[in-house]
Amino acid sequence: MRDVQEIRDEIYPPMVEGSHDYASVTDKISDYTLKKRTPFGWFVGFGIAFLIVQILMFTVLYLLITGVGIFGNNQPIGWAFPIINFVWWIGIGHAGTLISAILLLLNQKWRTSINRFAEAMTLFAVACAGMFPVLHTGRPWLAFWMLPYPNTMGMWQNFRSPLMWDVFAVSTYATVSLLFWYVGLIPDIATLRDRAKNPYFKFIYGCLAWGWRGSARHWHRYELAYLLLAGLSTPLVLSVHSIVSFDFSVAQLPGWHATIFPPYFVAGAIFAGFAMVLILCIPLRVWYNMKDLITDTHLVYMGKIMLATGLIVCYGYAAEAFFAWYSATDFEVYMMYNRMWGGPYWWSYWLLILCNGISIQFLWFKRFRESAFWLFIISIVVSIGMWLERFVIIVTSLHRDFLPSSWGMFAPTIFDFSMFLGTIGFFVALIFLFVRMLPVISIFEVRTLLPEAEVKRHGYDHEHGGTGSIGD
Amino acid sequence: MAQLFHRGANNIAKASLVLAVVLGGLAFFAYTYIARSSYLTGRYVEKQQPVQFSHRHHVGDDGIDCRYCHTSVETAASAGIPPTQTCMNCHGELYADQEYLEPIRASFRDNKPIKWERVHDLPGFAYFNHSIHVAKGVGCASCHGDVANMAAVYQENTLQMEWCLSCHRDPKPNIRPKSEIYNTSWDSKDITPEQQKEVDEKISKLRSKELLTSCSTCHR
Repeated sequence: MRDVQEIRDEIYPPMVEGSHDYASVTDKISDYTLKKRTPFGWFVGFGIAFLIVQILMFTVLYLLITGVGIFGNNQPIGWAFPIINFVWWIGIGHAGTLISAILLLLNQKWRTSINRFAEAMTLFAVACAGMFPVLHTGRPWLAFWMLPYPNTMGMWQNFRSPLMWDVFAVSTYATVSLLFWYVGLIPDIATLRDRAKNPYFKFIYGCLAWGWRGSARHWHRYELAYLLLAGLSTPLVLSVHSIVSFDFSVAQLPGWHATIFPPYFVAGAIFAGFAMVLILCIPLRVWYNMKDLITDTHLVYMGKIMLATGLIVCYGYAAEAFFAWYSATDFEVYMMYNRMWGGPYWWSYWLLILCNGISIQFLWFKRFRESAFWLFIISIVVSIGMWLERFVIIVTSLHRDFLPSSWGMFAPTIFDFSMFLGTIGFFVALIFLFVRMLPVISIFEVRTLLPEAEVKRHGYDHEHGGTGSIGD
Repeated sequence: MAQLFHRGANNIAKASLVLAVVLGGLAFFAYTYIARSSYLTGRYVEKQQPVQFSHRHHVGDDGIDCRYCHTSVETAASAGIPPTQTCMNCHGELYADQEYLEPIRASFRDNKPIKWERVHDLPGFAYFNHSIHVAKGVGCASCHGDVANMAAVYQENTLQMEWCLSCHRDPKPNIRPKSEIYNTSWDSKDITPEQQKEVDEKISKLRSKELLTSCSTCHR
């Protein structure tokens, strides 16, 4: 006979390992920000990222001086790197929202140690994503034309255009994500305020904490606000990338005009997002010695979600091919044939299948799922695969127009790459700053995972030796 | 240990929330006014010309037709700015010894055109054609105001796109009989039954609103 504790640990593995109590959790997480000297490795990592940000700055400056001709997109491939990168980044953000909102509503306790930086990742990814639509016009100072305001042109935007829906979807998403992240940070910022020694930091954290004192009334309002924001964010996980997929599926172009697109894009977004969370948290938990807080169990769970969403994405690939054949439309059939075998970009399709379809099959096996190293490798492969997915969808659909006279090839320029690389540097630099300045793991939420936080039923627990909290 | 924040900080925090909304809203409304202000559009600002030329005197008092100087208004995109020779048709004789007409005579002598200040300056990306507007029955005054009563000409309207579109969306109120095109003081209430018939016919021949407001009608 196994005892209650053993079964319990199997069903609900402990999400905090080691012998932690309230005080040690608070000490550990807040010390990353307040006490620890900035590790040398931090300066190296941030320095490299910052240099890459300079590449972005140079590209943007050159873009503003020269114009959008510096990018490789041209007829018939009018959409290329800017929208590929936009969709790639915006997709990555989705895991953060899924972890923070949907897993909260589903009462998945394991979200608590990863939600904070997953949400930060969402925000930074949305910031990177937003750069592309704003900058690819070459006139970012006119970006406000996308907003409906009483302008002197006497015109409204074209509300029938999915690109317009994108503006609303992404700006709503950025706003709600920021609020959700910030509201969740307030109690922890108050902790930092109380613990900071430096008066300037104390003041800054004090301002950001909005006078949080941790009274019962504060907590009551906090819980309510957090739940409401979770409720607001939940539909966004599904809607934002559905709308991004409308950019393509509303157009009547073979390869884009498919009903499978919204769910297929959403699954792909969560897939890519979890890959990015793993890419970030695997080194983070090693460098910052956080294995007791971000446990192997967390990695296994994320691996499983990657496998599940990856399989949905593979279903999407299969459905695309099936519907191209089933449509019996010459253009659709040709598009799929051209994409898979006949065209000059056949390699990108099979590379995509290799990265997104084959690589995740390893996650069926415990050996790969439970190895941080293999999860890291697979996550990187998946990130590349998800970028290729957008490349395949956009470039191979556009480069063979209906008229053979309008066929063409896509040649990216160095600035296409430098802009993309630059946003990666921007993203990594922001992650480094975030890790240094704010509590990277939610202190107060992790404390609720501790045995100390469980309500004891004294009589029962003493008699039976268990904690009596199975199924709570 | 001293308190981190003064007691009043609570009020500052609360006020900042309200102020953010109020100031944001005010800034928004301020923008909508400033964007249409004469400061930005140049509306109602009298332009000083190199010669003291008065439209009120030449058109209002003397009754010279617009087309005497702006010769191409019925046939070309530009209404045309008269050459110095046009001025000299009269001023070779009239006030030929007046000091303030010296720039005209100098221009004529040296064969150098006068640098008139442009009052109505449309951006280069907007295509505007005077002749089609005149042919369809839009009078000078619809855009330029009552020039016959302006000593120094100023811009009567904002020339912003919303102003152009206000007429392109509903041109009917601005269609007038052919006889009154160049009468900048004409009041549409004075319309005669015959003129009304003419105007109705002109309106019936107008292009559709969709065509008139199509992007490439003005941005070619």
